[in-house]
Amino acid sequence: MTAIFKRELRSYFSTPLGYVFSAVYLAVSGFLFALLTLRASSSDVSSYSSMMIFGFVALLPLLTMRSFSEEKRLKTDALLLTSPVSATGIVLGKYLASLTVFAGNLLLSCVYIISLGKYAAEHSPVSPARTFGCFFAMFLVGACFIAVGTFVSSLTENQVVAAVGTMAILSFFAAIALFNGMIDSYAIRTVLSWISLYSRFTNFTYGMFDFAALLYYLSFAAVFVFLTVRVTERRRWI
Amino acid sequence: MIEVRNVFKQYGNVTALDDVSFTVNEGEIVGFLGPNGAGKSTMMNIVTGYLSSTSGEASVCGIDVLENPDEAKKKIGYLPEQPPLYREMKVSEYLNFVYDLKKCTLNRKAHLDEIMAVTKIANVKGRVIGNLSKGYRQRVGIAQALVGNPPVMIFDEPTVGLDPKQIIEIRNLIRNLGKNHTVILSTHILSEVRSVCDRILIINEGRLIADEKTENIARAAASDRKYTVKVAGPRRDVLRELRALNGVRLAEDTGDGDADGAVFAVEAERGIDIRKQMFNMLAAKGWPIMELTPRGMSLEEVFVMITDEDERRRTAPGTRGGREG
Ligand SMILES: Nc1ncnc2c1ncn2[C@@H]1O[C@H](COP(=O)(O)OP(=O)(O)OP(=O)(O)O)[C@@H](O)[C@H]1O
Ligand SMILES: [Mg+2]
Repeated sequence: MTAIFKRELRSYFSTPLGYVFSAVYLAVSGFLFALLTLRASSSDVSSYSSMMIFGFVALLPLLTMRSFSEEKRLKTDALLLTSPVSATGIVLGKYLASLTVFAGNLLLSCVYIISLGKYAAEHSPVSPARTFGCFFAMFLVGACFIAVGTFVSSLTENQVVAAVGTMAILSFFAAIALFNGMIDSYAIRTVLSWISLYSRFTNFTYGMFDFAALLYYLSFAAVFVFLTVRVTERRRWI
Repeated sequence: MIEVRNVFKQYGNVTALDDVSFTVNEGEIVGFLGPNGAGKSTMMNIVTGYLSSTSGEASVCGIDVLENPDEAKKKIGYLPEQPPLYREMKVSEYLNFVYDLKKCTLNRKAHLDEIMAVTKIANVKGRVIGNLSKGYRQRVGIAQALVGNPPVMIFDEPTVGLDPKQIIEIRNLIRNLGKNHTVILSTHILSEVRSVCDRILIINEGRLIADEKTENIARAAASDRKYTVKVAGPRRDVLRELRALNGVRLAEDTGDGDADGAVFAVEAERGIDIRKQMFNMLAAKGWPIMELTPRGMSLEEVFVMITDEDERRRTAPGTRGGREG
């Protein structure tokens, strides 16, 4: 697993993909941060983090589209699948590599916080707990999105299909968050909010630690990682 | 060493393998031979655990590839039809990755240096794989299969895309590997199996139709006595005289020839050596022999004969289903 993780991580930065992703991520996050905190003269990053989470719908599929589809297209999966590595090891290696690139960018974008302290201090003090909570929420939702993206890329040989497919699924989650309130049926609303990744991180943004939410996000990611493992194993049975 | 029993493989409703069974003993080099789409790559993918069979079993060193895949995979080095190369990696980076992936325990530097030396890729080890020529990529693919020095090596068309000098070197490499490894290779090139393999398995349309020692097939090929002979003389007269010769079963004008003379194909009756007679007759007529080449039956012809025979046997009414190994 470590061998695959390392190779995957290195390949992000020996191809343009890693740089393109980082550039786009930092540009988008920088813009939104400036707009929603600095220009609004606010030290509260919660509106920034929820906007970013909507941005993830378009951003994170870029990170995962190649994961398995490229291996299938170039038949390099033959090497992985005929080596003494389990399907779980392969999937986890790839998943954790994508997650690491994402987390790296998230950490980089934390430097924005410094500017908050400088400019927003007089109006309202920066709350470390709330700020940390917002970034933690972004990380958790990102981890789930990456799991979905990795799963979709294991279903197709085509990177573009993987990217668009992932965006479609993530948009569905985003749409639930935006429009769920308008649905009349209480039952449907409850079911949809169960799979809505957006309705659970609010506590974090208030600086509260929500163990149930953490567990929810981790299980969500685990389910998609598990599904990817199943697809990878079934590859042989086609 | 390698045991395959009653393997079937369906792709949807295409039957790629139809009840294939064979064993390969330790230290043997076995060649898979068959026309395009015969099922060679499918068979190799099943033995290496990349694909699973629809039914039937495959085991390597006594380990079933489905029941205990991790152990079985440790025993196999595999060069798939399309070498599994990451184009953005450097050659040495890639081999180091394979080394880690195979959980290899040999001395890393010495082992990889040796592999790069025998496959002659040491001079490109710092280059990006995607920029290498096809032949070099093929060699990196072969190098990849050697990492960890597994006891069983499986090569799917190993010499495709190599230049003639490299083909000879890779064949020598495989022959050397055969001294202390078990090797399966697939190819369309019959001279390759003849020069490298101890045994030949011929596959046609998913069925194993011949399993023979190479020398037996070569002997079968040599037993038909055919010659091409180039004679400086008038075409029509020479042909007539050749046909009239005692012991000649068939003589034909090939239509070839140059300023030196015309080329004829001559086939003798079984058990008769016609060369002396032919020489005496042509000398008497004053038509000198410019070239005389024993043609035998080429392996290509043996191969076509065996596959044709198989097809005939299967399409003949009443014999459907009755086949022999
Ligand atoms: N993924 C697949 N889906 C459907 N059919 C397949 C698939 N892979 C192979 N086949 C079919 O299985 C049969 C055997 O293919 P295989 O690749 O094993 O042939 P081969 O002997 O290696 O041929 P070649 O000499 O061209 O490499 C062919 O009829 C092929 O069309
Ligand atoms: Mg093939």
